[in-house]
Amino acid sequence: MNVTFSAGDLAFREEVRQFFATEFPGDILEKQRKAVPLTRDDVVRWHKKMYEKGWAAPNWPQELGGTGWSAVQKYIFADEQARVNAPPFLSFGVSMVGPIIYTYGSEAQKQRFLPEILQFNQWWCQGYSEPGAGSDLASLRTRADLDGDHYRVNGTKTWTTLGQFADWIFCLVRTNTDVSRRQEGISFLLIDMKQPGVSVKPIVLLDGEHEVNEVHFEDVKVPLENLVGEEGKGWTYGKVLLQHERTGIAGVAGSKYRLAQLKARAAQSIRGALPLANDQTFMRKIAAAEVELKALEYTELRTLASVASGKAPGPESSILKIAGTELRQTIDSLRMEASAYYALPYVRDQYTMDFPEDDRIGDGTETHAALTYFNDRKVSIFGGSNEIQKNIIAKHVLGL
Amino acid sequence: MDFSLNDVQLMLADSIEKFITNNYDFEARQKSSGSTTGYSPDVWKTFAELGWTAVPFSEDDGGFGGGPVDMMVVMERFGRGLVVEPYLANVVLAGGVLKHAANDTQKSDWLAPLIAGELQATLAFVEPQSRYDISNIVTTARQDGDRWHITGNKAYVLNGGTADLLIIPARTAGKPGDHDGVSLFGIAGDVAGLSIRDYESVDGQRAAEVELNDVIVSADKLIGGVNNGYAALQAAIADATLAVSAEAIGIMSVLTEKTIEYCKSRVQFGVPISSFQALQHRMVEMYTACEQSRSLMMWAAMAIESGGAESETAIHALKYQVGKAGTRVGEEAVQLHGGMGVTWDLDVAHYFKRLTAINLMFGNADWHLDRLATVTET
Repeated sequence: MNVTFSAGDLAFREEVRQFFATEFPGDILEKQRKAVPLTRDDVVRWHKKMYEKGWAAPNWPQELGGTGWSAVQKYIFADEQARVNAPPFLSFGVSMVGPIIYTYGSEAQKQRFLPEILQFNQWWCQGYSEPGAGSDLASLRTRADLDGDHYRVNGTKTWTTLGQFADWIFCLVRTNTDVSRRQEGISFLLIDMKQPGVSVKPIVLLDGEHEVNEVHFEDVKVPLENLVGEEGKGWTYGKVLLQHERTGIAGVAGSKYRLAQLKARAAQSIRGALPLANDQTFMRKIAAAEVELKALEYTELRTLASVASGKAPGPESSILKIAGTELRQTIDSLRMEASAYYALPYVRDQYTMDFPEDDRIGDGTETHAALTYFNDRKVSIFGGSNEIQKNIIAKHVLGL
Repeated sequence: MDFSLNDVQLMLADSIEKFITNNYDFEARQKSSGSTTGYSPDVWKTFAELGWTAVPFSEDDGGFGGGPVDMMVVMERFGRGLVVEPYLANVVLAGGVLKHAANDTQKSDWLAPLIAGELQATLAFVEPQSRYDISNIVTTARQDGDRWHITGNKAYVLNGGTADLLIIPARTAGKPGDHDGVSLFGIAGDVAGLSIRDYESVDGQRAAEVELNDVIVSADKLIGGVNNGYAALQAAIADATLAVSAEAIGIMSVLTEKTIEYCKSRVQFGVPISSFQALQHRMVEMYTACEQSRSLMMWAAMAIESGGAESETAIHALKYQVGKAGTRVGEEAVQLHGGMGVTWDLDVAHYFKRLTAINLMFGNADWHLDRLATVTET
């Protein structure tokens, strides 16, 4: 039993560190540091930078443009990425629809879409949830009716993250209502959003940000060639996708550096006050979060080690999403507590690049703490709510 | 990076698991526990024959050369079997002090028979007023020529009623709380001036209140140097903290498995109660608590094995986690077993009691969290 990294792994860490220090767009890291939201152009630009480096798809097979990284290298990459607070990959293209296409798609689909996804020439979003189908996803009602050489799609998708920027959406749609199980008769469609009948309406979240949308389809024509795999088998493909990337879902690297940052801040005197580190009650909460983090990190490493030795992830990997999102929310609330009164100003306009730093209310990004806390309530809800995750563990791991 | 056990560790795990399955069912355990010694001398002999009492000692000392990971392997299995035999008192505590501080004569007089299973030993690391501060030692030892006079009180002396050898930390300089000025003495269980009030503890083990009233020992019974026994004491307590944490994780896993099994078989309202979501989610939380604790234990064992600066933090973090998660898992196991969970006859109650006792020794969850919060600050 050991957790030492090989010389090769350490060299890789150095290479990644160098990349973020010298090649990754510095202005984007600066925005991240100042909590300034990234524009569409920023996101496209840094993803293209990753493509140039050959690092656009850590999880893809190497022959399709993947990095060929080991599980340990992926872990190291995520750790370094979080250490400099670089943005995480936008998952919808490279982590979600890409693997579905190369696993289940036709040769023509692979030729057509995979290079575009890899180079970030297409911005993808996800069309799973509907107003009436959240945790009970199989009750989705968006219909795709066969009409000659195409499907005619009608319905509404919701919680579509960054759909306002997207070129394409991958959707689960109902192609057959005459089925014995609701999970049957669902198909996986790739839909071009730049066409008549597709409309995107913003949903503003509790922190005031426009991050998600409703996407409406009215008699949208989708050519048959955009059906992935077999008609009616979409549910199975979608489920496989959920199991595709278990590690990373815990967000260990991000939590590690947010907590370290908070701890460093607690040791400082802000505006002449006694450092928060003198408050034993607060420091006990920090210490408890650190223990949670260490446990989570080692649960993830156990999973990685298992995958690295050619085995399937152990059952312990099932707890990563719940434990990881709970910890993230715990750290958010500690950051907010650390800001105290300075968590309260709702001054989003000061988080822009041209806002003079000296005119900002609060120190650094402390007035951002409550906004992050509010925004991150989503993490225990999306991707299968934590209650649904518990149902899954109860059924598939504990056999209840 | 590798989280698997090596071949030797797998063999060790396998031999303990086999013994428990074949020779140490709940009934046998209760018989050991209810006896006047609080353990079965026959079982203890078997432990020695199978080499388990040799695990943490160097090959030079006649041991197996095992480290923290090996100790974790042993104690987790003992936890699963709810083993009541005094392994902690003998091997981990008394043995721990001896391996760190004893001279060659003392090792051949005490450690060799201990490993052979022929000597019962213990370490008196608690005093009535000390709570979890092992440096809070009021018991004094006064030198008089080549003899020492020891006077004071010790509490919760595990295995105290049957110990042939008691290792007594006493103050030879300084004041309670000082790390300097602590000396360690090996005294015989039948020496004059020693009174032992032996009792059964709630977890079915045996311990004692011990009074030393001008107990006289010769200078050759001083273990390590005068005034500098604290390091060995601290090392033994650190080993013991890891050991009981691993034991607790074994217990937590068993309780989770038994709870799942019970809820699947218990029918109410015409269905197994495991079909109720309110109960399913609680079992998922029990499972999560076990796995997170196990991950933390692996980290701690590796951190201690590598001897780095993280060792101390790792011990505090692990015992905090085990205290917090163990209380949760134990209480939930009883609750989900319903009325059966609160009966003496069901093993679940006894696993729960041992888990509860473990949280109360070597620092409870709050105590360790406070240490972490303080370490954090510096």
